[in-house]
Amino acid sequence: MSAALPPALEEIRDEFLALGQKDRLLLLLEFANELPELPARLQGHEDLLERVVECQSPVFLTTEVEDGTVRLHATAPRESPTTRGFASILVQGLSGLSPDDLLAVPDDFPQMLGLTEAVSPLRLRGMSGMLARTKRQVAQRLAAAGA
Amino acid sequence: MAVASDTAPQFAEYAHPERLVGTDWLAENLGEPGLVVVESDEDVLLYETGHIPGAVKIDWHTELNDPVTRDFVDGAGFAALLGAKGISRDSTVVIYGDKSNWWAAYALWVFTLFGHEDVRLLDGGRAKWEAEGRPMTTDEPEVSPTEYPVVVRDDSTVRAFREDVLETLGTLPLIDVRSPEEYTGERTTAPAYPEEGALRAGHIPTAHNIPWARAAAEDGTFKPKDELEAIYRGGVGLGADQPVIAYCRIGERSSHTWFVLTHLLGLSDVRNYDGSWTEWGSAVRVPIAKGSEPGSL
Repeated sequence: MSAALPPALEEIRDEFLALGQKDRLLLLLEFANELPELPARLQGHEDLLERVVECQSPVFLTTEVEDGTVRLHATAPRESPTTRGFASILVQGLSGLSPDDLLAVPDDFPQMLGLTEAVSPLRLRGMSGMLARTKRQVAQRLAAAGA
Repeated sequence: MAVASDTAPQFAEYAHPERLVGTDWLAENLGEPGLVVVESDEDVLLYETGHIPGAVKIDWHTELNDPVTRDFVDGAGFAALLGAKGISRDSTVVIYGDKSNWWAAYALWVFTLFGHEDVRLLDGGRAKWEAEGRPMTTDEPEVSPTEYPVVVRDDSTVRAFREDVLETLGTLPLIDVRSPEEYTGERTTAPAYPEEGALRAGHIPTAHNIPWARAAAEDGTFKPKDELEAIYRGGVGLGADQPVIAYCRIGERSSHTWFVLTHLLGLSDVRNYDGSWTEWGSAVRVPIAKGSEPGSL
């Protein structure tokens, strides 16, 4: 059994696991539609964001740590709804965590959503890439802040 | 009960023009009895965001592959899949998808393994249909399940295995349709694609590098025949009866090239090595060449 999940991620996981395979896909689509726009200060400045090369479509993300909590921002094209869904899950599930809690999120969280069958393991790698990059960015920001 | 072919002049010059339909033809023929439209995408959710009215979805990862063995579904699995999609053995099937029809061509090639006779591609795929502002819907199509017969998959005519490539190495031309970076051995995956687990980088010795996308025009449609001739016949010297094997990373991009060589240029013996680089690049003791030259044995 992996480490306990933060409440928001746990809720997302339970939502997926409560559904059949087909509805899990539709829930992922709901997440895709909910991915917030980048904050205005980042729009048009995708070069300030990190490209997630594990994803098959252009996905960019960046993190901010302020007052002891992490904000994750991500963007992915409309014609890549699966990738947008992954990004949206992480934005909703990780934002607001403390850096330590975020770094403690299990690396295999993408595999806990019961999507392996509906989406395929290969496609899930994109989400693992986003999570790994988010964690690395936060670790670097902590180190830079001398924490 | 085949639906009439698209006789648009831009297809007439191809060797098998009946394998393509245009967006005009499809718009006119939607709902025609005997026609089933299939969307096959790289993105597993794209269909759910909106699709051509009445189209059913077939996903390559989760529906065309066997979940356990690295292989395609067998005859019983294919029959169950097509039956559930409302496809009969005599249906006219038109497949379209994202990314210039990569995955649509892959699905078409798998249909060919099972000898489904009338299967066509929508030239330009999903992007062209959308760009022309044609109708899309999220409504699920009404599907009447059919009894699709169990047909034994033919793995010998349009499919090549590692053993076939090894046996014919140096005698049959090989076409590597991956990006130049993958061919030379700089990387094992397409640019901006995830690592798919090949242990070595490079290409099969003697293979010519003709990236698949050279066959596609800006709008995702296939290039005219004379341009394709120049690329494949001029580039590699492929005659009409010259047997040839194409490969890529997992067999999807090479399905696109297989379609071009077989149906647009009319080569009689084209096989797709679907094991492709993820198999060859991890196999023990097979020869590998690096760099931009085909290399020798």
